[in-house]
Amino acid sequence: MDVIIQLGVFLLLLALGYFFGRRAEQKHYRSIREREDRLRSLVVISERFPPPELLRHGTQLVSGNVVVSVDYFKTVVAALRNLVGGNISSYESLLDRARREAVLRMQEEAESLGADAVINIKFETSRVSGNAGQALGSVEVLAYGTAMIRP
Amino acid sequence: MLISNIEVIPNKRVVEHLGLVQGSTVRAKHAGKDIMAGFKNIFGGELGSYTELLQESRDEAVQRMQEQAQAIGANAVINVRFSTSAIAAGASEILAYGTAVVVQDT
Repeated sequence: MDVIIQLGVFLLLLALGYFFGRRAEQKHYRSIREREDRLRSLVVISERFPPPELLRHGTQLVSGNVVVSVDYFKTVVAALRNLVGGNISSYESLLDRARREAVLRMQEEAESLGADAVINIKFETSRVSGNAGQALGSVEVLAYGTAMIRP
Repeated sequence: MLISNIEVIPNKRVVEHLGLVQGSTVRAKHAGKDIMAGFKNIFGGELGSYTELLQESRDEAVQRMQEQAQAIGANAVINVRFSTSAIAAGASEILAYGTAVVVQDT
Protein backbone atom coordinates (compact mmCIF):
# COMPACT_ATOMS: atom_id res chain seq x y z
CA MET A 1 0.00 0.00 0.00
CA ASP A 2 2.79 2.37 1.00
CA VAL A 3 4.55 1.69 -2.25
CA ILE A 4 1.47 2.56 -4.25
CA ILE A 5 1.06 5.87 -2.38
CA GLN A 6 4.71 6.75 -2.89
CA LEU A 7 4.50 5.90 -6.56
CA GLY A 8 1.30 7.94 -6.83
CA VAL A 9 2.94 10.99 -5.25
CA PHE A 10 5.95 10.63 -7.52
CA LEU A 11 3.80 10.39 -10.64
CA LEU A 12 1.66 13.32 -9.52
CA LEU A 13 4.73 15.52 -8.99
CA LEU A 14 6.11 14.39 -12.33
CA ALA A 15 2.86 15.28 -14.09
CA LEU A 16 2.61 18.64 -12.32
CA GLY A 17 6.21 19.41 -13.21
CA TYR A 18 5.68 18.40 -16.81
CA PHE A 19 2.53 20.42 -17.43
CA PHE A 20 3.26 23.53 -15.39
CA GLY A 21 6.95 23.55 -16.23
CA ARG A 22 6.34 23.22 -19.96
CA ARG A 23 3.70 25.91 -19.92
CA ALA A 24 5.96 28.26 -17.99
CA GLU A 25 8.86 27.58 -20.36
CA GLN A 26 6.82 28.16 -23.52
CA LYS A 27 5.37 31.37 -22.11
CA HIS A 28 8.82 32.55 -21.12
CA TYR A 29 10.30 31.79 -24.55
CA ARG A 30 7.46 33.71 -26.24
CA SER A 31 8.11 36.75 -24.07
CA ILE A 32 11.88 36.48 -24.62
CA ARG A 33 11.51 36.39 -28.41
CA GLU A 34 9.13 39.34 -28.42
CA ARG A 35 11.42 41.51 -26.32
CA GLU A 36 14.53 40.44 -28.24
CA ASP A 37 12.88 41.64 -31.44
CA ARG A 38 12.05 44.98 -29.85
CA LEU A 39 15.52 45.52 -28.37
CA ARG A 40 17.52 44.37 -31.40
CA SER A 41 18.63 47.94 -32.17
CA LEU A 42 20.36 48.22 -28.79
CA VAL A 43 23.65 46.51 -29.57
CA VAL A 44 25.31 44.37 -26.90
CA ILE A 45 28.97 43.53 -27.51
CA SER A 46 31.68 41.93 -25.44
CA GLU A 47 34.37 44.32 -26.70
CA ARG A 48 36.37 45.93 -23.88
CA PHE A 49 36.96 49.23 -25.61
CA PRO A 50 34.17 51.43 -26.95
CA PRO A 51 33.90 51.56 -30.76
CA PRO A 52 35.12 54.87 -32.28
CA GLU A 53 31.64 56.18 -33.06
CA LEU A 54 30.68 55.97 -29.38
CA LEU A 55 33.65 57.87 -28.01
CA ARG A 56 31.63 60.96 -27.05
CA HIS A 57 29.14 58.88 -25.08
CA GLY A 58 28.71 58.76 -21.31
CA THR A 59 29.13 55.49 -19.46
CA GLN A 60 27.21 53.73 -16.75
CA LEU A 61 27.20 50.26 -15.28
CA VAL A 62 23.99 48.37 -16.03
CA SER A 63 23.00 44.89 -14.95
CA GLY A 64 20.16 42.42 -15.16
CA ASN A 65 19.63 39.32 -13.11
CA VAL A 66 17.16 36.50 -12.90
CA VAL A 67 16.71 33.40 -10.76
CA VAL A 68 14.93 30.54 -12.50
CA SER A 69 13.83 27.34 -10.90
CA VAL A 70 13.87 23.82 -12.27
CA ASP A 71 10.65 21.83 -12.26
CA TYR A 72 10.27 18.30 -10.97
CA PHE A 73 10.11 16.79 -14.45
CA LYS A 74 13.42 18.38 -15.48
CA THR A 75 15.07 17.11 -12.28
CA VAL A 76 13.96 13.55 -12.96
CA VAL A 77 14.99 13.67 -16.62
CA ALA A 78 18.40 15.03 -15.62
CA ALA A 79 18.85 12.32 -12.99
CA LEU A 80 18.10 9.63 -15.59
CA ARG A 81 20.41 11.29 -18.10
CA ASN A 82 23.17 11.24 -15.48
CA LEU A 83 23.14 7.46 -15.58
CA VAL A 84 23.93 7.21 -19.28
CA GLY A 85 25.73 10.53 -19.78
CA GLY A 86 25.31 13.01 -22.62
CA ASN A 87 23.54 16.31 -23.13
CA ILE A 88 21.11 17.23 -20.40
CA SER A 89 18.83 19.22 -22.68
CA SER A 90 16.31 19.87 -19.91
CA TYR A 91 18.92 21.96 -18.07
CA GLU A 92 20.27 23.51 -21.27
CA SER A 93 16.97 25.18 -22.05
CA LEU A 94 16.73 26.38 -18.44
CA LEU A 95 20.10 28.12 -18.58
CA ASP A 96 19.47 29.44 -22.08
CA ARG A 97 16.27 31.07 -20.88
CA ALA A 98 17.92 32.51 -17.80
CA ARG A 99 20.82 33.99 -19.73
CA ARG A 100 18.65 35.57 -22.41
CA GLU A 101 16.32 36.97 -19.77
CA ALA A 102 19.24 38.50 -17.86
CA VAL A 103 20.56 40.15 -21.03
CA LEU A 104 17.09 41.49 -21.81
CA ARG A 105 16.75 43.02 -18.36
CA MET A 106 20.14 44.62 -18.73
CA GLN A 107 19.13 45.99 -22.15
CA GLU A 108 15.89 47.34 -20.70
CA GLU A 109 17.80 49.19 -18.01
CA ALA A 110 20.18 50.57 -20.64
CA GLU A 111 17.26 51.61 -22.84
CA SER A 112 15.66 53.53 -19.99
CA LEU A 113 18.93 55.46 -19.58
CA GLY A 114 18.97 56.36 -23.27
CA ALA A 115 21.88 54.16 -24.27
CA ASP A 116 22.94 53.28 -27.83
CA ALA A 117 24.93 50.18 -26.92
CA VAL A 118 26.17 48.06 -24.05
CA ILE A 119 29.82 47.07 -24.17
CA ASN A 120 32.02 44.66 -22.24
CA ILE A 121 29.20 42.35 -21.23
CA LYS A 122 30.06 39.75 -18.62
CA PHE A 123 28.05 36.82 -17.32
CA GLU A 124 28.01 35.35 -13.89
CA THR A 125 26.16 32.15 -13.05
CA SER A 126 25.59 30.70 -9.63
CA ARG A 127 23.31 28.20 -8.02
CA VAL A 128 20.85 29.29 -5.41
CA SER A 129 19.56 26.21 -3.73
CA GLY A 130 18.30 25.06 -0.39
CA ASN A 131 19.73 21.61 -0.91
CA ALA A 132 23.44 22.23 -1.31
CA GLY A 133 25.31 19.26 -2.69
CA GLN A 134 22.22 17.64 -4.14
CA ALA A 135 20.45 18.17 -7.42
CA LEU A 136 20.23 21.60 -8.97
CA GLY A 137 17.54 23.74 -7.31
CA SER A 138 17.61 27.06 -9.02
CA VAL A 139 20.18 29.06 -10.90
CA GLU A 140 20.91 32.74 -10.91
CA VAL A 141 22.31 34.45 -13.96
CA LEU A 142 23.66 37.96 -13.84
CA ALA A 143 24.58 39.93 -16.95
CA TYR A 144 26.37 43.24 -16.58
CA GLY A 145 28.08 45.68 -18.82
CA THR A 146 28.71 49.33 -19.54
CA ALA A 147 25.91 51.28 -21.18
CA MET A 148 27.04 53.92 -23.66
CA ILE A 149 24.64 56.78 -23.10
CA ARG A 150 23.88 59.37 -25.78
CA PRO A 151 25.48 62.70 -24.87
CA MET B 1 30.89 58.53 -8.45
CA LEU B 2 31.59 56.86 -11.75
CA ILE B 3 31.30 53.06 -11.65
CA SER B 4 32.17 51.15 -14.79
CA ASN B 5 33.28 47.74 -15.90
CA ILE B 6 35.49 49.00 -18.73
CA GLU B 7 39.09 50.08 -18.25
CA VAL B 8 39.21 53.11 -20.50
CA ILE B 9 36.45 55.67 -20.03
CA PRO B 10 35.72 57.83 -23.08
CA ASN B 11 36.47 61.56 -22.51
CA LYS B 12 38.22 60.81 -19.21
CA ARG B 13 41.82 60.33 -18.27
CA VAL B 14 43.09 58.40 -15.26
CA VAL B 15 45.41 60.68 -13.30
CA GLU B 16 45.89 58.60 -10.17
CA HIS B 17 45.64 54.91 -9.41
CA LEU B 18 44.58 54.02 -5.87
CA GLY B 19 44.39 50.24 -5.94
CA LEU B 20 41.75 47.59 -5.39
CA VAL B 21 38.51 48.34 -3.58
CA GLN B 22 35.82 45.83 -2.74
CA GLY B 23 32.48 45.41 -1.08
CA SER B 24 30.69 42.24 -0.10
CA THR B 25 27.51 41.17 1.57
CA VAL B 26 25.87 37.96 2.72
CA ARG B 27 22.10 37.84 2.70
CA ALA B 28 19.28 35.39 3.19
CA LYS B 29 15.52 35.48 2.81
CA HIS B 30 13.21 34.41 5.62
CA ALA B 31 12.19 30.77 5.86
CA GLY B 32 8.72 31.38 4.39
CA LYS B 33 10.25 32.49 1.12
CA ASP B 34 12.56 29.47 1.17
CA ILE B 35 9.58 27.15 1.53
CA MET B 36 7.81 28.87 -1.35
CA ALA B 37 10.98 28.43 -3.41
CA GLY B 38 10.86 24.71 -2.55
CA PHE B 39 7.37 24.54 -4.07
CA LYS B 40 8.54 26.42 -7.12
CA ASN B 41 11.10 23.65 -7.66
CA ILE B 42 8.18 21.36 -8.55
CA PHE B 43 6.40 23.71 -10.94
CA GLY B 44 9.30 25.64 -12.44
CA GLY B 45 9.34 29.33 -13.29
CA GLU B 46 11.05 32.43 -12.04
CA LEU B 47 11.79 32.95 -8.35
CA GLY B 48 10.90 36.60 -7.99
CA SER B 49 11.84 36.84 -4.32
CA TYR B 50 15.36 35.51 -4.92
CA THR B 51 15.84 37.72 -7.96
CA GLU B 52 14.96 40.70 -5.80
CA LEU B 53 17.15 39.49 -2.94
CA LEU B 54 20.22 39.17 -5.14
CA GLN B 55 19.57 42.51 -6.79
CA GLU B 56 19.38 44.18 -3.38
CA SER B 57 22.54 42.51 -2.17
CA ARG B 58 24.39 43.49 -5.32
CA ASP B 59 23.38 47.13 -4.84
CA GLU B 60 24.58 46.86 -1.24
CA ALA B 61 27.93 45.40 -2.30
CA VAL B 62 28.43 48.18 -4.86
CA GLN B 63 27.47 50.73 -2.22
CA ARG B 64 30.13 49.38 0.16
CA MET B 65 32.73 49.33 -2.57
CA GLN B 66 31.85 52.92 -3.39
CA GLU B 67 32.20 53.98 0.27
CA GLN B 68 35.62 52.38 0.42
CA ALA B 69 36.65 54.16 -2.77
CA GLN B 70 35.39 57.47 -1.44
CA ALA B 71 37.32 57.01 1.78
CA ILE B 72 40.60 56.82 -0.09
CA GLY B 73 39.78 59.82 -2.25
CA ALA B 74 38.81 58.23 -5.54
CA ASN B 75 36.20 59.69 -7.87
CA ALA B 76 35.70 56.58 -10.01
CA VAL B 77 35.87 52.81 -9.81
CA ILE B 78 36.77 51.13 -13.07
CA ASN B 79 36.98 47.53 -14.23
CA VAL B 80 34.30 46.42 -11.78
CA ARG B 81 33.58 42.68 -11.50
CA PHE B 82 30.92 40.74 -9.63
CA SER B 83 31.22 37.36 -8.04
CA THR B 84 28.60 35.22 -6.32
CA SER B 85 28.88 32.16 -4.15
CA ALA B 86 26.33 30.11 -2.27
CA ILE B 87 27.91 29.72 1.15
CA ALA B 88 24.96 28.04 2.90
CA ALA B 89 21.44 26.88 2.15
CA GLY B 90 19.35 29.92 1.26
CA ALA B 91 22.18 32.42 1.76
CA SER B 92 24.58 33.81 -0.77
CA GLU B 93 27.61 36.03 -0.75
CA ILE B 94 27.94 38.77 -3.31
CA LEU B 95 31.27 40.42 -3.95
CA ALA B 96 31.91 43.49 -6.07
CA TYR B 97 35.46 44.63 -6.71
CA GLY B 98 37.23 47.09 -8.91
CA THR B 99 40.07 49.55 -9.26
CA ALA B 100 39.74 52.90 -7.51
CA VAL B 101 41.10 55.77 -9.58
CA VAL B 102 41.01 59.53 -9.89
CA VAL B 103 39.83 60.62 -13.33
CA GLN B 104 39.81 63.99 -15.02
CA ASP B 105 37.88 65.23 -18.04
CA THR B 106 40.10 65.53 -21.08
